[in-house]
Amino acid sequence: MAEDILELIRENVIQGRVTSEDEGMEDGLVGQPAVTELTQQAISDNIDLGAIIEKGLTQGMDVVGNKFEAKEYYIPDMLASAEAVGAAMDLLRPHLARSGVAAKGTIILASVKGDLHDIGKNIVAILLQGAGYTVKDLGTDVETQAIVDAVREEKPQFVGLSALLTSTMARMKDTTEALEASGLRDSVKVIVGGAPTTEEFARSIGADGYGANGFHAIKVVESLASGGKG
Amino acid sequence: MARAGVLVRPYERLSLEQVERIHRSSLAILMDPGILCYNSEAAQVFGDHGADVRRIDESTPACWHVLMPEKLVSQALAAAPRVVKLGARDEDNCLILDGREPRIRFASGSEANNWLDVDVETFVSKRDSRTEVELPVFRVERGTVERLGTAARLCEGLDSWDSFLRNVNIQDEDITDANKDVNKFFASLNNTTKHVMSGLTDLGQLDNVLNMARIIAGGEDAFRDNPIISMITCTVKSPLQLVDDTAQTAMEIARRGIPLVISSSPQGGSTAPIQEDGMVAQINAEIIAGIVMAQLVKKGAPVLYGSVPVRARMDDLCDSYGVPEFNQYNIDCVQMARYYELPCYSTAGISDVKVPGIQASVERLFSHMLVAMSGPQYIHYAFGLLERTNTFCPVQAVLDDAHIGMVKAFLKQPSVTDEDVSQSLGQVRRVMQTSHKLYVRFVRRMLHSGEIAPPYPFEGGDMTDEVLIRARQGMDEILSLPPHHIDKDTVDRVFREVPGLLPRLKDL
Repeated sequence: MAEDILELIRENVIQGRVTSEDEGMEDGLVGQPAVTELTQQAISDNIDLGAIIEKGLTQGMDVVGNKFEAKEYYIPDMLASAEAVGAAMDLLRPHLARSGVAAKGTIILASVKGDLHDIGKNIVAILLQGAGYTVKDLGTDVETQAIVDAVREEKPQFVGLSALLTSTMARMKDTTEALEASGLRDSVKVIVGGAPTTEEFARSIGADGYGANGFHAIKVVESLASGGKG
Repeated sequence: MARAGVLVRPYERLSLEQVERIHRSSLAILMDPGILCYNSEAAQVFGDHGADVRRIDESTPACWHVLMPEKLVSQALAAAPRVVKLGARDEDNCLILDGREPRIRFASGSEANNWLDVDVETFVSKRDSRTEVELPVFRVERGTVERLGTAARLCEGLDSWDSFLRNVNIQDEDITDANKDVNKFFASLNNTTKHVMSGLTDLGQLDNVLNMARIIAGGEDAFRDNPIISMITCTVKSPLQLVDDTAQTAMEIARRGIPLVISSSPQGGSTAPIQEDGMVAQINAEIIAGIVMAQLVKKGAPVLYGSVPVRARMDDLCDSYGVPEFNQYNIDCVQMARYYELPCYSTAGISDVKVPGIQASVERLFSHMLVAMSGPQYIHYAFGLLERTNTFCPVQAVLDDAHIGMVKAFLKQPSVTDEDVSQSLGQVRRVMQTSHKLYVRFVRRMLHSGEIAPPYPFEGGDMTDEVLIRARQGMDEILSLPPHHIDKDTVDRVFREVPGLLPRLKDL
């Protein structure tokens, strides 16, 4: 029984279905339980949370990743699956502490002050949630001080800063300096991204990592999380 | 099943009032000044059916002045079929051309003397010898029967290429006027399962060609049901002169009931008025004259309204296909054909320049797009033609296939049903409930069904234009696929029963 549900979760991750209303890659799935409903059922059935994450969600995303590498899946497929995993993780997160399953870290995301663009940031948020991270998205046009305050309050392992404009990317430097001034800089890894940013720019403002695109940003986070370089 | 083509909502330059005015102008031309007819049988046929036909005294060659009354024209236009089927070796590739339905298909054309190969060579920077770049270089070859077969194989492998109109003039040492027709038809038919169209070099070869087509189609009845070949005749030399040999050819083809393009190709500014109304009225009169002739020799003969109007360059009086007027003339002709409810053989996709590149792309995509928007049933010249119509370049044809694919994708009819609207509203409402506000998950069905156009297929690296190199690779891939030849028994029978075929074509 447990194995059946885990297999269904895995399959629905591959299909990129968050809820029963969603289409999948194949016909005839609308109305069938999807990742959200199946995960809820698995929790109710007291199925081991580690197994849900590993055999259902992670193995499903592994297949999606392989299909993406093989050019069988495209970015929308990857994002749909990541969104499904993110929704499942939202359901699982309150139960993780008492079950002894280690949660992945928390990341704060923000489009910096003056910048209203958020498509790239939102894609990164979906992918990070799909990878099991807890994401606190502060939105767009975020004051530097608000980012500092959020770091103090949420104690995240990462801060991701996004900017689309050359005129707003300077606020990223303000943020690293403000974190430094408030004594929080050493507690958090700062990753920057967005069209005008570069690896060199990231280094110049003292950031820990640079995400060239959404998928690269995830790799950078994973690398920093395991003690590597950004 | 037939190739679907794309049904378009036609763009029209001319109002109905303007179409009718041009129609009346064409009728007036056919009565005054009328046409000059250099074929005695055609003159006789016109005279027998009520035209005013007078021999021009002591003209050499013999010439008749033909004035066509409106009634004769109206009856002939009414007799021509509204629907013409162009069959194919693979019946799924046949084309049903309905003059009342603006459904577009694209074909090749011309009979180019030159074949332009594209090679890729590595060049070293003079400024920095460590910098190397791969660039296309061009090599002009002569048209041969092997190359014609290669072009037909390319047609077979390219999705947007709906029909193979022979595009290479075969100039082999062992090709003569007496064997050219059978060899060009065989080389074409043996390398594509799509419809094959061609002109005829020697009327004496007509029945040999038809015999070949009957054998390949599976017999007389099968060929009638599925005419795997059709023919083109440019019956008129502009302005307003019915040519002796092509008129004779047209009549013989019409008598045999083979689908026939009656085409005319006046040049605005030299052999036709340059102004739009005058050009269109004249070419319309010329095409009508040919259609009347075909219907008089065989009522109901399947004909296509073949419009190939061009404009003269003012620096050398050569044809110019890249100018806006070319598109204006052609779109107007499509409208005239639709007014008569006749399938239209139209013209687009040629460039004046000799080699692929920016000018070629601009010129040909301009007309691919605009003429297609007007909804002709059969657009010829659309693949690979450069240097006006003198050169065929297979790599250019690969590019054209991709560009025409984009044109077809653009011209697809929109779907806005109640169900569509309901689904879209559902998407909007769901996305607005999310934190990310992105519609990407809803892209997937259309993405995987092919409804969403892919990126430009020949895109290069960051700072390089690799279009021709990648198109060349695309051509090589297609030509590496196994050919769709006619089965061996049928080929053997064709070679036994049809004289003049070159033995080496058996293995081509």
